[in-house]
Amino acid sequence: MSSVVSAQPVVADLHDTTSRARKGLDKLFLGGLWMFTLVAIITLVTLVGTTLLKGYSRLNWSLVANFPSPFPGDAGIQAAIFGSVWVVVTSGLISLFIAMSTAIYLEEFADQRSRLNKLITINIQTLAGVPSIVFGILGLAFIARGWLGWGFTVGTASAVLTMMVLPVMIVSAREALKAVPSSLREGAFALGATRWQTIVKQVLPSAIPGIATGSILGVSRALGESAPLILLGALAYVSSNPTGFASDYTVLPLVILKYTQEAQEEFQAVGAAAIIVLLMLLVALNMIAIIIRDKSRKSW
Amino acid sequence: MVEDMSNATISETTARLRQSGSVVSVSLSSDSHSAADNSQNDLIMQSVDLQVHYGDFLAVRDVNLAIHKGEITALIGPSGCGKSTIIRCFNRMNDLIPTAKVGGKVFYKGIDLYGPEANAGEVRRRIGMVFQKPNPFPKSIYDNVAFGPRVNGKPTKAETDELVERSLKRAALWEEVKDRLKQSAFSLSGGQQQRLCIARALAVNPDVLLMDEPCSALDPIATARIEDLMAEIKSDYPIVIVTHNMQQAARVSDRTAFFNTEIGANATRPTGVLVEYDTTRNIFANPTDTRTEQYISGRMG
Repeated sequence: MSSVVSAQPVVADLHDTTSRARKGLDKLFLGGLWMFTLVAIITLVTLVGTTLLKGYSRLNWSLVANFPSPFPGDAGIQAAIFGSVWVVVTSGLISLFIAMSTAIYLEEFADQRSRLNKLITINIQTLAGVPSIVFGILGLAFIARGWLGWGFTVGTASAVLTMMVLPVMIVSAREALKAVPSSLREGAFALGATRWQTIVKQVLPSAIPGIATGSILGVSRALGESAPLILLGALAYVSSNPTGFASDYTVLPLVILKYTQEAQEEFQAVGAAAIIVLLMLLVALNMIAIIIRDKSRKSW
Repeated sequence: MVEDMSNATISETTARLRQSGSVVSVSLSSDSHSAADNSQNDLIMQSVDLQVHYGDFLAVRDVNLAIHKGEITALIGPSGCGKSTIIRCFNRMNDLIPTAKVGGKVFYKGIDLYGPEANAGEVRRRIGMVFQKPNPFPKSIYDNVAFGPRVNGKPTKAETDELVERSLKRAALWEEVKDRLKQSAFSLSGGQQQRLCIARALAVNPDVLLMDEPCSALDPIATARIEDLMAEIKSDYPIVIVTHNMQQAARVSDRTAFFNTEIGANATRPTGVLVEYDTTRNIFANPTDTRTEQYISGRMG
């Protein structure tokens, strides 16, 4: 058989017959994609690069160890770092607890068809898009002053950031729960597990990677947030670390705002250095999210 | 707890079964009362005028089935005829679908599964289920089997070890996995995963095992192993199996229920009905209903 085939004249032509115009279009498309990717990368590199150049001289231990000072050489951001950690950790933990409870209720217990729950869902999604300054105004009216009257304290800032982060966290936690295959729930129910056992022992462990990623994204947003806290007294001259919910506080984004607005170049350098510190904290947070995600995937 | 059906329930059931005209092989004629009693003792589950709505849609109606001890009962029929819906009524898995509404009665040892005395969790522990696609938990092989006993009580480590070994042996999987119990269940092949799911169901020591197309995702060799396993355990665990594969029903089952679809008077979507229920031998060799005969011979469905 094979000799017959090889004896036949070559009739199939496997040469490339694609037209030049089509090839050109292909290359143009790829080139376009490259260009747009490059724009994003160049912007980022320029931003980080100029900030590093400007703040490099102040990127040392004294920046982290010192409190604000009228002399730019001594000025540090310790109060802002501790303020940010206080505010972000407390609001992160509180909102994680509330968001998980809400998401579990809405996904696992609530009747998806009821009007009330549809209304709640729409509300949460809308809240996720509300500008942060609106939460600041709300906090100023009802938490700092008004009913609660907590004043310009860590507690007020934490409460406002919790309100701000909650919708995002609820939405992402719900998505994570939705992504857990229903066959897992059925498998647990079919063995006589109660709803609670099914959720705690099967659904939540499977949803942890998604919940962790969403929550850290929310917390990152809180860490970089400045607008609502401007209204809530964080733009003050604070020369001590917070000791509790009732303390005065400032946060990193606002000392950055303050220092970069100063006329003296030395103060601007402090601001640039503070930006680098904030960026490093954000990267660290994202690393934690990735580690939690990978760990919980391998844990079984 | 009431172990056998009360006399009132039996006579009521008998009347209804006769009325509905389905060919239940247990002899229910009024003059041979003792024979009926014997087969009643042999019964473990029974559905009476079972029907299921999804919202306004009547998915399946008037199903009268009797499940016997020591036997494999196969539910066959074309797609959409309500086989899976019915089997899911037998351990209240339909509770999880908010729109599903179950009518009629399902008796397990004389107790109505949907009555006030029945707790859904307890029902599912007594009546185990294996699903179409193997669905092991994302845990180790050991933890998969131990899950059922752990949610139903607090077994000690030694008890759990023993239970895991016994269940895996019963499911003919022990030899293949005994050296890697701590490994992920996902490291097993599809057929092994399905046998793990059977072991997991057996670990809570159910009285009945429901299987919803357990071999549809498996190759012929894995299917054969599951079928062997079913034959092996049926004396301890009566099995109800839904299958799309007529040959499988003919090979493994003792009784076969043939379901079909029909469009009701005011309905737009087809409703499932139980056409014929008899010993597998009769269904395949000597069906009384022409629809059964057409389906079996491949002229329909």
